[in-house]
Amino acid sequence: MKDGFRQSMAWLHTWVGLVVGWVLFFVFVTGTAGYFDDEIDRWMRPELPLAERLDDVERDAMLALALDRLEQVAPGAGRWSIELPHYALQPRGMQGLTISWEELPERGQRQGRRGREALDAYTGEPAEAIEPRATGGGQLLYRMHYLLHYFPRNVGILLVGACTMLMLLAIVTGVITHAKIFKDFFTFRSGKGQRSWLDAHNVVSVMALPFFLMITYSGLVFFPIQYMPAAITTVYGDSPQPTRAFFDEFFERSDEVRLPLARPELSLARMIDHAEAEWGAGQVTALDLRHFEGQAPQVDVRRAHGTQIDFRDPETMRFDATSGERIASDAPMHGAGKTRNVLIALHEGLFADIWLRWLYFAAGLLGCAMIGTGLVLWTVKRRKRHQKRDGGAPSFDAAGLRLVEVLNIATIAGLPVAVAAYFWANRLLPLEIADRAQWEVHSMFLTWGWVFLYASLRPLRRAWIEVLWLAAAAFALLPLLNLLTTDRHLGVTVAHGDWALAGFDLTMLGLAALFCYMARTLQRKWRSEAGSAGETEARAASADGETWSNVEAEVAQ
Amino acid sequence: MIAFSDAARYRWAVFSRVIAAAVGGYALTSAAIVLLALIWPLPRAQAVGVATLLGFAIYAIAVIWVFSTRSAWRAWIGMVAPTAVFALAAWWLLPGGGA
Repeated sequence: MKDGFRQSMAWLHTWVGLVVGWVLFFVFVTGTAGYFDDEIDRWMRPELPLAERLDDVERDAMLALALDRLEQVAPGAGRWSIELPHYALQPRGMQGLTISWEELPERGQRQGRRGREALDAYTGEPAEAIEPRATGGGQLLYRMHYLLHYFPRNVGILLVGACTMLMLLAIVTGVITHAKIFKDFFTFRSGKGQRSWLDAHNVVSVMALPFFLMITYSGLVFFPIQYMPAAITTVYGDSPQPTRAFFDEFFERSDEVRLPLARPELSLARMIDHAEAEWGAGQVTALDLRHFEGQAPQVDVRRAHGTQIDFRDPETMRFDATSGERIASDAPMHGAGKTRNVLIALHEGLFADIWLRWLYFAAGLLGCAMIGTGLVLWTVKRRKRHQKRDGGAPSFDAAGLRLVEVLNIATIAGLPVAVAAYFWANRLLPLEIADRAQWEVHSMFLTWGWVFLYASLRPLRRAWIEVLWLAAAAFALLPLLNLLTTDRHLGVTVAHGDWALAGFDLTMLGLAALFCYMARTLQRKWRSEAGSAGETEARAASADGETWSNVEAEVAQ
Repeated sequence: MIAFSDAARYRWAVFSRVIAAAVGGYALTSAAIVLLALIWPLPRAQAVGVATLLGFAIYAIAVIWVFSTRSAWRAWIGMVAPTAVFALAAWWLLPGGGA
């Protein structure tokens, strides 16, 4: 602990940041990839068709076909839903005619079995299902950012939660430490060693500070039962299942009894027309049919999400299915619920259109940069202190520093290589091997482990440069690998205008360029430093005992 | 010898504060959100919901206080005393409690 408020906050910032830095880097990398989870899903299932636009389909006929099919597969169910062809947010992309249903719950159960089926909008027959390769896809990558991998679900959630809480602390203490937050934002002193790393850390951190605060706090809000159960379990302590009692009450879930549905005699298309007269053409995305005991059967018409942030709670218009009259919808969510929903929606960013989505992605990358520069800054500061000390004899501290440096290389440069390996495995693993999806992930973590070993056996500076070049190569060659192994490569996807698939390949090239730039910059900088090292004796020894001139010799090899 | 025991004392003080922050801070937060949930003038579920949402901010402030106060002893007292007061008040307000 240091004297003075700001000093003790700086101390806290340093150590909290170091302890969770690598886990948070993993969380930020996989979470940032998660903003394009659906696009990655599609890339990793190249058997699926290219994006298509449905031509105008006659609505009355289509609804009749959907009802035919629902009567056939889910007679007397408790809910029927018909999704019209539209641009969906989850999964993102054009979605054709789809039906889903929930059967009446069995005795003692709260929910019935659910089903879902994509239909051909012209024939009403179940759409031909294409069996894609076994893969975890983008969803698995995205789930890693809150579950990690190889851990039981709750352990992963708790570990990430603890790290997230420390991230919140690191952000708040970082802001407190940073007295001249505004002035420093416009300050960058390049080529000045530690000072430059500090400036870089400040600039990237402040640039997206509101995003970091939002993403960290909202991340904690997802799991109240795991992270902050005290109020729920105490206040609902007298019910047999406190959490369920709380959630039922909080989300105002009704315990009304559902009755089996029958096909409505009135035209559903007229209800859609009614809704569109108010909302505008093309605004209706889906219909939900339900029948509660003591009420008339009802039809909810769902509105497109638009730019509404709270996308899980879309605007609806409710009709009496027997009279066709418009009736009152459920009351809107209360303030506490809205607050929670908006926090969660902001975190997931599912409401975001393509440009805002890229902004989310960029903010996520800035988060990686913030954590990365912070971790490097720690080693730069420490190394300086070691150099000042006499001798440079091996000590506990020196071993610790070495470990941190190796972990930095393996995480900052190595994790991207591992993510690339996940994509490589998707294209290279034989399609018929058992547990194929698992082996894709094993490939990712085996690669990561290998990079760690590699970095711990090489001189530090060579390891940085080599692993960065490896990352650049691994991403740069992915579009080529895609070209050699599938017919969903850039030549096809760009020509077809399928920008989700083309965007994946192009993003890989962009990432390759980024790693090239990092490797080139380090190489140049260290070469020029090594060149002037002969003149300055004070700089003779670096952290792991190698001299600056033998670094040069190594880099030049 | 003195230098060593100083270093050892420093390490223990840091360790003590880490525990005060992690465990004591969490206990303080839990007691505080239970009390908040009970006194917040909203329907029960909503009061519990907002109190839980605020918990993470309370926890962060508690930890920051633990590491900024003068000594590890003060840090512990600062965690334990309010926890006891909040817990007692909550117990009194809970149905079946003292009230």
